[in-house]
Amino acid sequence: MNMNTSENVLKGTRILVGKPGLDGHDIGAKIIALALRNAGAEVIYTGLRRSPEQIARVAVDEGVNAIGLSILSGSHKELVPDVMERLRAAGLGGVAVFVGGTIPLEDQPYLKEVGVTDIFTADMPLADVVSSIARTLA
Amino acid sequence: MTANTEKGKVAAPEMHGTNRSGVDIPISVPAYAVDPKNIGEPGEYPFTRGIFPNGYRGRLWTIRQYSGFGTAEESNERYKFLLEKGQTGLSVALDLPTQVGLDPTHPMAKPEIGKVGVSLSNLSEAEILFDGIDLSKISTSFTINGSAAIIYAMYLAVADKQGVPREKLTGTIQNDILKEYVARGTWIFPVRPSMRLIADSILYSNATTPRFNPISIAGAHMRDAGSTAAEEMGYTLANGLAYVDELQRRGGNIEKFAKRLSFFFYVHMDLFEEVSKFRAGRRIWAKKMKERYGVMDPKAQHFRFGVVCGGSSLIAPQPYNNIARVTIETMAAVMGGAQSIFTCAFDEAFQIPTETSAELALRTQQIIAFESGIGASVDPLGGSYFVEEQTDRMEEEILKVMEEIDEYGGVEKAIEEGWIQQRLAERGLERKVNTDSGYNVVVGQNHFAKQDEEIKVGEVFSLDPTVAARALEKFEKLKDRRNQAEVDTSLARLSKAAASDSENVMPYLVDCCHAYATVGEMVACLKNEWGEFREPVNL
Repeated sequence: MNMNTSENVLKGTRILVGKPGLDGHDIGAKIIALALRNAGAEVIYTGLRRSPEQIARVAVDEGVNAIGLSILSGSHKELVPDVMERLRAAGLGGVAVFVGGTIPLEDQPYLKEVGVTDIFTADMPLADVVSSIARTLA
Repeated sequence: MTANTEKGKVAAPEMHGTNRSGVDIPISVPAYAVDPKNIGEPGEYPFTRGIFPNGYRGRLWTIRQYSGFGTAEESNERYKFLLEKGQTGLSVALDLPTQVGLDPTHPMAKPEIGKVGVSLSNLSEAEILFDGIDLSKISTSFTINGSAAIIYAMYLAVADKQGVPREKLTGTIQNDILKEYVARGTWIFPVRPSMRLIADSILYSNATTPRFNPISIAGAHMRDAGSTAAEEMGYTLANGLAYVDELQRRGGNIEKFAKRLSFFFYVHMDLFEEVSKFRAGRRIWAKKMKERYGVMDPKAQHFRFGVVCGGSSLIAPQPYNNIARVTIETMAAVMGGAQSIFTCAFDEAFQIPTETSAELALRTQQIIAFESGIGASVDPLGGSYFVEEQTDRMEEEILKVMEEIDEYGGVEKAIEEGWIQQRLAERGLERKVNTDSGYNVVVGQNHFAKQDEEIKVGEVFSLDPTVAARALEKFEKLKDRRNQAEVDTSLARLSKAAASDSENVMPYLVDCCHAYATVGEMVACLKNEWGEFREPVNL
């Protein structure tokens, strides 16, 4: 079995995988973190229950190229714009933000509107997730 | 084998000889491989064939559907609807602020109020939630862990208010913190004081609500995150033994408390693997109780369990296929001897179930219970060469998982250091890679996908956007009208009890609830004494 879904396409990148809010389902975030690492990225995982403020601060401190936010509690419409705003305030308005989790189709246009680059759901193949991020960072 | 994800392509995948857990399946098991003497009888130690000699003839499994959202008023309405439709027990989903012990006014709480369940911040909300529902007549199951002792205390307080004697109460609190650290994430306190809190609530429940299940030791969430069936059972039984040890440390009598321990699992699609998992789990638990702890009363050796059918085996594309999946899983649960079954609604993969889909999930169980006849004979698969061989193999694998944890230094150490979490994440990746490649066939997703399918159904339940505002308004009013001096006194007494290892904190929590102290206040008070869990973030 080849775990390296897209070998080294993310080499040289630093990606923050964050869990904003109170949602405790972290397996998706961890799987993505492992897949991004297998694709060559340096991955920083925040752990659970981070506030939008904390996520923005880690993004600044770690100098990341991209941020993935994982939300399965249905609070993405509140949490994502909050994170985006804090990133802009911290001068990271240009960093690509990806969102994964339980995101209904009808909410996706709104997230794109507030600046999210791409949205991933659980059934999406890892190779597609990795290549979307790689394309954005290329 | 390559995935058949190209839209419109419908070539049949190969039938391969391994199950979902990656275990080789024999083409056929020869008769001589199974010794009939080891199979035993239903209702007899080690209970491989079931804990009751008459199976479901004596009593059907409990049909229990999970619901609850928004405010207490809306959930109360849904509960009354479900009880009218013939449901025999309530299951309460709580929102995340309640689960992690934050009041709705906390900045981290606001975006999450009422989202994944009902907001139950204090006794006045519980009074609304159970308004017009006679707690002496129905059983209530709460999916609550980190703050389980508090919600249980609140339930006792509501019963007191309704004038229902506590000994009449039936129901379950999940109250299983160990798997929260591993997979579900609603931990609050560090491992040690959490274990004490759980032991306190179990011992208090044994004495005051003898018909209540004060813990449901759950493998479900670890399974859904990626563990194999054997790991799900192995981790869960290891956690169960850790609770037994703590209960003994706190002075509990195992012959008594072991009768009230119950378990909770996911059922996934591999029917025979699931049946074998439950048969092996029942056998191992009985043996551990008897051989390791010298438990003599058969009821204290019984492995009683509830299940969820659905979970991550349900997918969004071609959502009506999920009805077929849930049906197969429910059959596995029945043939595995489950005591209570929750069937997921087919749309649960992408939304809060509607009344129609929730009713369909309930009807699925009723069709299996009353039309199919599969529950009429106990352990109908018992004696099948294949099932008996798979049960033996499963038992070996589960015991191996439990030994590995022992070798690492026990459950508490393995969790504090993030070892089990790490293993689980690797398994999750493995399962995902196997699904992406199409090796694990998921009809409608990695094989037989429909061309240009718009993945959506017409009926969408929408959460009232005013839920958070209403919850906050009620919360502020409550704070104005309660007796602050009573709140302060009860919280001070709780602190004192928490600081002493020889006290049981439960009566103090019940007093706090009666005084309308909030969940956030009680948790803050305990955090002050016990600290907070520090999550190991190693990948």
